[in-house]
Amino acid sequence: MRLTLHIWRQSGPDAKGRFETYKLDDVNEHMSFLEMLDVLNQQLIENGEDPVAFEHDCREGVCGMCGIVINGLPHGGRKGTTTCQLHMRHFKDGEELTLEPWRSAAFPVLKDLVVDRSAFDRIIQAGGFISIHTGAPPDAATILVPKEDAELAMDYAECIGCGACVAACPNGAAMLFMSAKIAHLGMLPQGKVEADRRVKAMVEAMEKEPFGACTNFTSCEAVCPKEISISAIARMNRDYRRAFLPGKAEGGGKLEKVKLLPAT
Amino acid sequence: MKLDARIPSGPLQQKWTNFRDHVKLLSPANKRKHSIIVVGTGLAGASAAATLAELGYKVKAFCYQDSARRAHSIAAQGGINATKNYPYDGDTVWRLFYDTIKGGDFRGREANTYRLAELSSNIIDQCVAQGVPFARDYAGYLANRTFGGALVSRTFYARGATGQQLLLGAYSALSRQVGLGNVEMHPRADVQDIVIVDGKARGIVVRDMLTGELEAYAADAVILATGGYANVFYLSTNAKGCNTTAIWRAHRRGAGFANPCYMQIHPTCIPQSGDYQSKLTLMSESLRNDGRVWVPRKKGDTRPPNEIPEEERNYYLEEKYPSYGNMVPRDVASRNAKYWCDLGYGVGPNGRGVYLDFKDAIERLGVEVIRQRYGNLFDMYERITGENAYEVPMRIYPAPHYTMGGLWVDYHLMSTIPGLFVLGEANFSDHGANRLGASALMQGLADGYFIIPITIGDYLASERLQKVSTDATEFKNVLADVDERLRKLLAVDGTKTVDHFHRELGKVMWDKVGMSRNAQGLTEAIQRIQALREEFWNDVRVPGRNEELNQELEKAARVADFLELGELIARDALAREESAGGHFREEYQTEEGEALRDDEHFQHVAVWEYAGDGKEPIRHVEPLVFEAVTPTQRSYK
Repeated sequence: MRLTLHIWRQSGPDAKGRFETYKLDDVNEHMSFLEMLDVLNQQLIENGEDPVAFEHDCREGVCGMCGIVINGLPHGGRKGTTTCQLHMRHFKDGEELTLEPWRSAAFPVLKDLVVDRSAFDRIIQAGGFISIHTGAPPDAATILVPKEDAELAMDYAECIGCGACVAACPNGAAMLFMSAKIAHLGMLPQGKVEADRRVKAMVEAMEKEPFGACTNFTSCEAVCPKEISISAIARMNRDYRRAFLPGKAEGGGKLEKVKLLPAT
Repeated sequence: MKLDARIPSGPLQQKWTNFRDHVKLLSPANKRKHSIIVVGTGLAGASAAATLAELGYKVKAFCYQDSARRAHSIAAQGGINATKNYPYDGDTVWRLFYDTIKGGDFRGREANTYRLAELSSNIIDQCVAQGVPFARDYAGYLANRTFGGALVSRTFYARGATGQQLLLGAYSALSRQVGLGNVEMHPRADVQDIVIVDGKARGIVVRDMLTGELEAYAADAVILATGGYANVFYLSTNAKGCNTTAIWRAHRRGAGFANPCYMQIHPTCIPQSGDYQSKLTLMSESLRNDGRVWVPRKKGDTRPPNEIPEEERNYYLEEKYPSYGNMVPRDVASRNAKYWCDLGYGVGPNGRGVYLDFKDAIERLGVEVIRQRYGNLFDMYERITGENAYEVPMRIYPAPHYTMGGLWVDYHLMSTIPGLFVLGEANFSDHGANRLGASALMQGLADGYFIIPITIGDYLASERLQKVSTDATEFKNVLADVDERLRKLLAVDGTKTVDHFHRELGKVMWDKVGMSRNAQGLTEAIQRIQALREEFWNDVRVPGRNEELNQELEKAARVADFLELGELIARDALAREESAGGHFREEYQTEEGEALRDDEHFQHVAVWEYAGDGKEPIRHVEPLVFEAVTPTQRSYK
């Protein structure tokens, strides 16, 4: 099949970007989207041009490294599919495709389709964990988890941190990413102990980054390659409010902190 | 090269306890004075960095990805072994140890393997406490499944994403330490070389992948947890960025490389579909619990699989190995698939595939149970092939997946360079000539959470280390070496892309140094790789500059190292005149085509010493002494 690609080219973080148009004549329908770009890059190098920089690693949809906005939709908009797992059989011969990096204030472009997502790491570093040291915890069988809770926790835990949720959000909000971690850990008995502290710390870290607020567009859920439900966000909002209830040892009664979160 | 494995005395079951009873300890105040570099943030690296920081060491961690959460451990699907014996089906530490040492065809070190089995239970406790959402039964207890090479259910899992969940657990522990200021985290840092001062590993040189700047870092000890080298095949199940550079550069600076020819070709991968293919995708071995492997009894049978009647199907694993059936170890399953495809019974577009059929399991258990167990794997298969495996059998074919070989380490996980420790897949230590399923995650975490924190303390307490800074001549020399090498790559300005050379290397490796090997092919491979290496340095084209994000330059530096390692793999395979586990020499097989070991001459670890460019490397041996088990001919019949 033949394709016309309009790709965002930007030589560095401070450079001015532009769209460049490329034509490919011999795309195989079994190729993955990234393999199609590999073929383009081989051609560019052979012609003495600069190849298109894009991120990728496992190419199995789990490392979360790849991510391209294809015709306006992060990862191309196919249900439950990362860019690396998107295959060319879903496109038509002669189609024109526009390829852009994640567009969001919190994810500055580094080069071409590569962006800086380190803000996600900083949110996790602030509280996305259970504060346990390596050592001799009790036997695993002493912590019982109802099967339904374990399954739901796993649904949230499957987040790959790709950032499609932020890229799709008109506000550039990181709520789905953050709430998925909060919901995963909060569902489990081991994670409940420091649930208040966790949600407060993560929201605080998020507010230091240029992420926007959530106004319930739900585009994040629509593009999430792991199909994580926005019920995580509702859960996080409840947890957040609960963390400030009067009587809490730390920060109790300071509900004005909730300003960035949507009414649900 | 001195190879003292420093195995503690006493009976096998007591070694680790004895070791811990007598190991040297550092006081908390002294731990704070020591800095440690950890390269790689997969299961082994992240767990080591987190635990060492918790203990009070000053840790600097490095990874090439944009975040520590993305290391390739994340892609492990099926599970992690542990001897909990929750199902009460007869599992013990001894059995896991024995299965592992037998699965490795009696080419592993007893003491290391036993310790691994011993620690397996702690790992599950640790991970559950961290919030890893393992699968549960309705009573809320942890669920188990069976993996290849075992007759008990000892594998813990989190759907088909166990590696992801364990890695995110380790990443969360690491992130906590980064947040607390105990770990200095360096993502997008490509390690280019190791720095040795006074014969001890004291630092690294990394390339900042955004700016191209070369930076040196000094520490009291260096830990490499950089994974395996299956990407030497170009097409493998590894992530695209997985590379051998850190361990290969360490090897060139004096670290012994053990058993490079022990590589695992995984039996259940999605077959290649075309020349543009960039990687191969693995389907978890757990699928063999319910899927049945078969090929048509008629050569070149092109009928759709569902139209081939039962009596015309050859369930070759079940027929040949009645007691393990489809659950034979990986090397056995892979070789048998190749055998039938080579004879012309293969299925799919290019005849390089066998069926993995769930029809019977779906009839027995219902489609919902199968969906619950493997839903995400079936979805992935459909995304890649466009076929629905609930209705037609999957097509699978073996693909390079894991490397049992790696840098030689002693019982302390220290290489032949003092102060250079090697963890996880990057070392050679625990799996012999073949690794059993669900054991890689176990080893990575055992090394990182439980072994290195103890052994590195012993090293730091025993050595009197001089203060070093990156201003030292040794650091300046390595910086200059790295700089020169990268400039040389850019200066060639030839006509062929880096990928071209990588593919060519991969073809040689797959054809001559792959699932079955012979002396003639290996000799040819060595010559071919040498020629290819020369061509690479004369004709490769690396566009752009060093002082920018330059993905082609990153690849070029890695492929240059694979072009050297590939030759060593072939040399090792040639020198090992026997078959063992994943290393199959056609000249050495039983009448039934199984691997034929030669315990008299090859019951040892082959450890290669680098002798200089253009010089033949030197082969040393560490004899393998079996005190607790008696090596036998592996039988899965």
